[in-house]
Amino acid sequence: MSECPDIAAPEPVFAEPWHAQVFALTVHLNEAGRFTWAEWVDRFSATLARHGVSRDLDGGEDYFNAWLETLETLLSEAGEAVPEERARMRAAWERAYLSTPHGQPVRLAE
Amino acid sequence: MPHDHHDHPHSLLPPDPALRVKALETILTRKGLIDPAALDEIIDTYQNRIGPQNGARVVARAWADPAFKAALLADPMPLLTELGYYGRQGEHMVVVENTPETHNMVVCTLCSCYPWPLLGIPPGWYKSDAYRSRAVREPRKVLAEFGVSLPEGTAVRVWDSTAEIRYLVLPMRPEGSEGLDEEALAELVTRDSMIGTGLARVPA
Repeated sequence: MSECPDIAAPEPVFAEPWHAQVFALTVHLNEAGRFTWAEWVDRFSATLARHGVSRDLDGGEDYFNAWLETLETLLSEAGEAVPEERARMRAAWERAYLSTPHGQPVRLAE
Repeated sequence: MPHDHHDHPHSLLPPDPALRVKALETILTRKGLIDPAALDEIIDTYQNRIGPQNGARVVARAWADPAFKAALLADPMPLLTELGYYGRQGEHMVVVENTPETHNMVVCTLCSCYPWPLLGIPPGWYKSDAYRSRAVREPRKVLAEFGVSLPEGTAVRVWDSTAEIRYLVLPMRPEGSEGLDEEALAELVTRDSMIGTGLARVPA
């Protein structure tokens, strides 16, 4: 946060790169026919409602956290990315980041 | 987040959700379920090519061309398809016109359905619980917080978007905009004026 926000500056479309990535992933899977947009809205709004019970969602980070959780659940149910698989791959990426020298492109070990 | 320490031993670890998204991408790519190039194309489209400027062009033309406006209000889909502003998700657009009698305002109480092809990605406040719950309950108060005060006699009508139907507000053409061409008119059309939480700019 800046001390002196410039109200004329345009807001970035996506605040974080992963917001853009999870958005694109979802749109792509919808276009590829993995689920209809109505199904997506139905599931996503249920996640938002569940998260919003305990506190007011601000529409930023918590919005995309709910988005990601919904997508993970849908893919898990479809058997396309089950929790164990996701945990393994997440750990592999974490290791890749921690073992790649700063400034080098991060790649998964084969 | 930028990180410029030259002595940093390894790459900065992204936050947990970013790693989970990367994991999904890798799993689905390896199974041949997604094409990484298509993901880049989608991000590029929404980051650079689609935004409120699309909706502003439509509004400006409606202000300048009465026949276009009549067709837009009757059924916008043929016109929007022709302009290339149709929905990726197959939703149906409805254009609602602001008049001295009625001010229209759009919300999505379910989640954040929004006319992407015309306005791009919704701003954070549109997705917030506060806006989603209060727009329906106390629209005038919400409008006041956006700096919009309407004459007493103007009714506020709130439209709740769904996965299938999305709304675009056609704001009132501001005074003093007579004689401007479409390009100059489009400059007066703000994103918020097409959501109904703002009015069109008055020409300087």
